Amino acid sequence: MKDFLAIAKKKFNSRLLLGTGKFSSPKVMKKAIEASEAEIVTVALRRVDLNDPGDHILGFINPKKYLILPNTSGARTADEAVRLARLARSFGLPAWVKLEVTPDPRFLLPDPIETLKAAEILVKEGFTVLPYINADPVLAKRLEGVGCATVMPLGSPIGSAQGIKTKENIAIIIEQANIPVVVDAGLGSPAHAAEALEMGADAVLVNTAIAAADDPIAMAEAFKLGVMAGRKAYLAGIIAGSQIARASSPLHL
Amino acid sequence: MNLRDFKKIIYGERELSELMVSARKETLKHFGRTIQLYAPLYISNECVNSCVYCGFNRCSGIKRSTLTIEQIIGEAKHLLSEGFQHLLLLTGEDQVKVPVGYIREAAVELKKMFTSLSIEIYPLTEEGYKTLVDAGVDGLTIYQETYHRPTYQAVHPDGPKRDYGWRFASPARGARAGIRKVGLGFLLGLYDWRFEAVQLAEHLQSLLKNYWQTQFQVSFPRINPAETAYQVKHPVGDDDFLRLVCALRLLFPEIGFALSTRERAAFRDRIFQFGITQMSAGSKTSPGGYALAQKSGKQFEIADARTPREVSRALRRSGYEPVWKDWERELG
Repeated sequence: MKDFLAIAKKKFNSRLLLGTGKFSSPKVMKKAIEASEAEIVTVALRRVDLNDPGDHILGFINPKKYLILPNTSGARTADEAVRLARLARSFGLPAWVKLEVTPDPRFLLPDPIETLKAAEILVKEGFTVLPYINADPVLAKRLEGVGCATVMPLGSPIGSAQGIKTKENIAIIIEQANIPVVVDAGLGSPAHAAEALEMGADAVLVNTAIAAADDPIAMAEAFKLGVMAGRKAYLAGIIAGSQIARASSPLHL
Repeated sequence: MNLRDFKKIIYGERELSELMVSARKETLKHFGRTIQLYAPLYISNECVNSCVYCGFNRCSGIKRSTLTIEQIIGEAKHLLSEGFQHLLLLTGEDQVKVPVGYIREAAVELKKMFTSLSIEIYPLTEEGYKTLVDAGVDGLTIYQETYHRPTYQAVHPDGPKRDYGWRFASPARGARAGIRKVGLGFLLGLYDWRFEAVQLAEHLQSLLKNYWQTQFQVSFPRINPAETAYQVKHPVGDDDFLRLVCALRLLFPEIGFALSTRERAAFRDRIFQFGITQMSAGSKTSPGGYALAQKSGKQFEIADARTPREVSRALRRSGYEPVWKDWERELG
């Protein structure tokens, strides 16, 4: 049986979602997306010019090939996020939204109260909502309850490349979730991505670690492989760790 | 990094080359290979202050002018056609000839044209700032000029600007009024930059604690000794400038840093990777200096005369993406 990632009844082969910020040029971004084999790419609405068909980000992403996932980066309140999402839809972008409500511009940590408020409104308006959250299991269930399509808990602050510092809580979120769990933010290397997938996360979203690498295109491919390795290992069944040695070739004396 | 380590770096600990490597890495991590571009738009050079280093000094005898709203729109159209989406509106200080109501009127028109609108004007009350926020202003730049009080008094011999405390508290009033982005800085050359750097860092740390929802920024305006009659008492050399940028980058990895056309093209190209996140380009520092080609008095001479396109091309050649838009009207 083929292993798909299903979000809101849409099926994807890739479990790697890509962000489009911080690239040195649209060309490099495009090549990195291709190398990653991602099928979902997220775009900050504040970075794009929706009036410009040749926009330096949107103009380089083929909407037939990729699902463009608008994000509300920069929004401080539910109200601002909702307005941004509506704006994107009015310009013909998919009615999908990566909901980011980050009142603190420094660490960009998500506001749970405003995120829940915005999610409720947007789900009612027919959006497919993928909320960016702190790794809070109760909040994840509340968001699932109001009809979100995924939850996207952070591994560590955006762009920090610290890896999964919220491991125990993400494990609880995965354990309890009926919707896909996408680990978003803080993944610094393919090993971090593999770790998330090995834990049972359904997908990861990566931006800085690829865009800011010396060779973003090669790094995009490395992340693709990390994600595939992690997923495959998860499906294969990872053996439990142990304090004592267990011989690889047991001696039958 | 903490303030103690920052002081050590400012006062010479660690090689500059080593700092540059770390600062570049931090900048890359937080901002990627991008530089946001903005343009200044001077709408008046009327001023009642007598800042000894400034071209708008009320005693300077320059040609004064204040643009009409139509003229402002004309200038703005020119900047729009060059690709700018982020605009910085500037004035001198004259509350009679350049009242808040006039600035508000200009802001309303400009916000229709630009995605992001910042102001660099005389200090206002919280109410005053609120008026401008309602008109669409999302950013405020206000430099303390110097954090050294005796120097502050000496270089501001009279006029409302003499009030150090009123100016010092302006960023906080702006933040309380709901301005999203607030920029700080000191004028490099007025006093020992090392002293200023530490004061600025403390000022910023306290603002970050108290106004955690505001996006703070830092600029590095350096007086160009060759182009002002003012005798620069504490010149800041290129290496010291770079040390300042790197040290602040390491102390504040997430804060945006701006670099203006006061700096030479070659210098800007050489150092921006070590901490800078936004740059102005093609700037004129007199009201009506763009499309109107008026010959009013300038605030200061620019040292990088390249057009915005040329700056943008130079960034691309260095492997950086020029970002013209990084805001959305829906955000305020």
